[in-house]
Amino acid sequence: MSALNVNGRDHTVDADPGTPILWALRDTLGMTGTKFGCGAALCGACTVHLDGQAIRSCITPISAAEGKKIVTIEAATDGSDPVGAAVHTAWVKHDVAQCGYCQSGQIMSATAFLKLQPKGKQPTAAEIDAAMAGNICRCGTYARIRAAVADAAKTLA
Amino acid sequence: MLPTHIDSTELPRILQRLMAASQSQPEDTAALPRRSFLKLAGVGGLALGAFPHMAMAQATGRQAAASTLKPTQQPSAFVEIAPNGEVTVTHNRLEFGQGVQTGLPMILAEELDADWSLVRSKSGTNDPAYHDPVFGMHLTGGSNSIKNSFTQYRELGARARAMLLSAAAARWKVDVATLRTQAGTVLGPNGRKLGYGELAEAAMALPVPEKVSLKDPKDFKLIGRPTTRLDARAKSSGRQDYGIDVKHAGQLTAVVAHPPVFGARLASVDDSAARAVKGVKAVLRVPLDRGAEGVAVVADGYWPAKLGRDALKLQWDTAAAEKVDSGRQLAQYRELAKQPGARKFDADMAPLAKAPRQLEAEFVFPYLAHAPMEPLNCTVQLWGDRAELWVGTQCAGLDGAAAARALGLKPEQVRVNVQMAGGGFGRRFVSTSDVIVEACEIAKAARAAGLNAPVRLLWSREDDIKGGYYRPMHLHRARIGFDERGKVLAWDHVIVGQSITAGSVFEPFQVKNGIDATATEGMRDPYPLPMRLTVHHPKVNVPVLWWRSVGSTHTAFVMETLLDEIARSTKQDPVAYRMQLFGDKHPRHRAALQLAVDRSGYGKKQLPAGRAWGVAVHESFESVVAYVVEASVTDGQPVLHRATAGVHCNLAVNPRSVEAQVQGAAVMGLSMCLPGGAITLKDGEVQQGNFGDFTVARITDMPEFAVHIVPSAEPPKGIGEPGLPPLAPAFANAIAQLTGKPLRQLPFDLADTKPA
Repeated sequence: MSALNVNGRDHTVDADPGTPILWALRDTLGMTGTKFGCGAALCGACTVHLDGQAIRSCITPISAAEGKKIVTIEAATDGSDPVGAAVHTAWVKHDVAQCGYCQSGQIMSATAFLKLQPKGKQPTAAEIDAAMAGNICRCGTYARIRAAVADAAKTLA
Repeated sequence: MLPTHIDSTELPRILQRLMAASQSQPEDTAALPRRSFLKLAGVGGLALGAFPHMAMAQATGRQAAASTLKPTQQPSAFVEIAPNGEVTVTHNRLEFGQGVQTGLPMILAEELDADWSLVRSKSGTNDPAYHDPVFGMHLTGGSNSIKNSFTQYRELGARARAMLLSAAAARWKVDVATLRTQAGTVLGPNGRKLGYGELAEAAMALPVPEKVSLKDPKDFKLIGRPTTRLDARAKSSGRQDYGIDVKHAGQLTAVVAHPPVFGARLASVDDSAARAVKGVKAVLRVPLDRGAEGVAVVADGYWPAKLGRDALKLQWDTAAAEKVDSGRQLAQYRELAKQPGARKFDADMAPLAKAPRQLEAEFVFPYLAHAPMEPLNCTVQLWGDRAELWVGTQCAGLDGAAAARALGLKPEQVRVNVQMAGGGFGRRFVSTSDVIVEACEIAKAARAAGLNAPVRLLWSREDDIKGGYYRPMHLHRARIGFDERGKVLAWDHVIVGQSITAGSVFEPFQVKNGIDATATEGMRDPYPLPMRLTVHHPKVNVPVLWWRSVGSTHTAFVMETLLDEIARSTKQDPVAYRMQLFGDKHPRHRAALQLAVDRSGYGKKQLPAGRAWGVAVHESFESVVAYVVEASVTDGQPVLHRATAGVHCNLAVNPRSVEAQVQGAAVMGLSMCLPGGAITLKDGEVQQGNFGDFTVARITDMPEFAVHIVPSAEPPKGIGEPGLPPLAPAFANAIAQLTGKPLRQLPFDLADTKPA
């Protein structure tokens, strides 16, 4: 039994402590917004926040989340978090998604990145690229991701 | 995906005959409890829909009155209007990023005069109503969706509108000619007004008009307007469900140990450790695609299933399987290319030997994985005499029929619920329905083992990268004679590569005179070249498939880099050279290229030091895309800085979607150029396994990108694929301009083309 705090709620998960957070979320808690893409921290589709840090939930065991707070795409974009809300709004405005499968991870990476921006500082194009380089989009939505991240940063400034 | 060369008048008949040979046809629908089946499945939308599901309507006899309309022409299966006015349009394709989920509803809503803010969208099934109206089968491929369903969805919208108008006329007891529609309402004399939602139930009971008049395109309000995708919000909040997210009560997950060599079988299985993994319910030996065997571990989640698979101790019998080695295969292809193959085009080759300029070139293209972001999966639920599948598939009908064969059912006893898919690029359209059959075999074996639960088969990324169905490896060899002005006198060309369709249901109409049309599409045309083209199709133990833009993934590269080289070596501008070859016969090519040239600043703008221009233009799926790019060699690597696209796809139904498709296709074309963008084999085993060694483009590879669309009111053509083929050659041409040496293989290898 492992105790997990997901989006502010405590859960008890009956799974091997080595189980990646991804599968505890998807298969045990039924939260399927976080996606399985590679299982090896190579594509970023599974990105969630662990105590505010963007992590790859496909390789991070639930034992590493004991006593910490997990935030997933479901909570990040429900309007309760101003940065997540700005990113969600920019994503819709720029019509970023194609198949959309990777976008949960993209949004979680973008949100974590923008939360770390000093107030009033606009990220450079190179900084945005570096922050998003761990997230693959096979549909190739990168041009719109760039525009959406920059736009969200502007609305938060 | 599916190429355009299929004779569309022949395909349905041939396919039907082929399929009839291996299965029973659904003639005794009376024996099939379709109506209750649909209810059981929770589909049909009768409660809120004005237009019941087509099969329902037939079952109730409501529309039995001698309509000559085909199921694909009747609004009942496509439009539901709720009492609150919400219009739900069912699209007859797989939505996997290309935007038909929005584009098809736009087309229908245009003629329906719907209020776009109330339009929703959903996926269809393997019901015949959702056939491609041209091909007569369920099909998402060949960039055909909007092209083949444009008129269909306009007529569906117009029919539904006519029925709503008739219902209003009856309600008000006025002549229907006095009524008009606007944004989801019928407007009558004296300011009378009724919302579609208020009329829907009455409209449902009316006969479907066979003939309807369509709008003059100049009156389009929705079509042609840049429109945000209907799924944009759901896909920006984790709320969009995909096939992988399907979850039924008690559902189990299966992970399969596939053989390391294609077609290998099991010599021995020790599953004692696997069975001991907590959560593992069964370990099942199952037959796999292409005569292979594997072991499925069925568990109450992916992770225990995966741990169970890791714990298997398997020995494989690979003795009977050909063990492919990429190096050896290339040598064999080179040998083959020395001899002419089956003849596609012919021309007089006599001028070749005495041409003042001669060029000889060999091109090599590797196997490529599709690697859609959503790993392949399929969920199967078995009931006594029925089965239901949930899967993101490009070919619900073929898959349903294959599932029926695997399960010993009739095709009409299998319902395929088409799910939103996380990419596909051709991989979800396999004539053997490999993943679907695998899932059915597991469900069948699980039931035999006493597990009566829905089973979701889920492939890992490694299963996907190693599991085959690749863009085939190709070798091209060209000998070209030309004069000082760049006029080609003779062009002798050989292509070596596996046939994609040989051995599949598509062979009879794709392979002619021993040549698979998917291997040569994009060669020669539209250039007036005296070309002899011959083709070898060796048989190799590697499963191959169409991959976004199919033959043009390699033919465009060969054609556009060779022509550029001829232009360069005769000191001609590559744009002017192409324009002169197009002459006045190819106005769409000219327009696309000219637009890209004008918007890029080509020939006017001074490039930063170290950068060069590159140009390419190519037609595929009846659309033309031209790129003008800026590239450099930076730190020894080719870098693409900027790309400007000129696109001629006729009418752009949703220009925002056209832009997205061209950008996305270009990124996939860019992936072909990057180091690591190749699948190779050694001792029969695929050497790559995940995104660490099979490289795809990342945001840091993305150039600045602009898409410009040539205005047109002609009926729309394909756009999912045509943006891919010309990207790599435009990039290569820019690099060749810098290094003085042409690039002749993908991915790029600068090893022997150091900057001059």
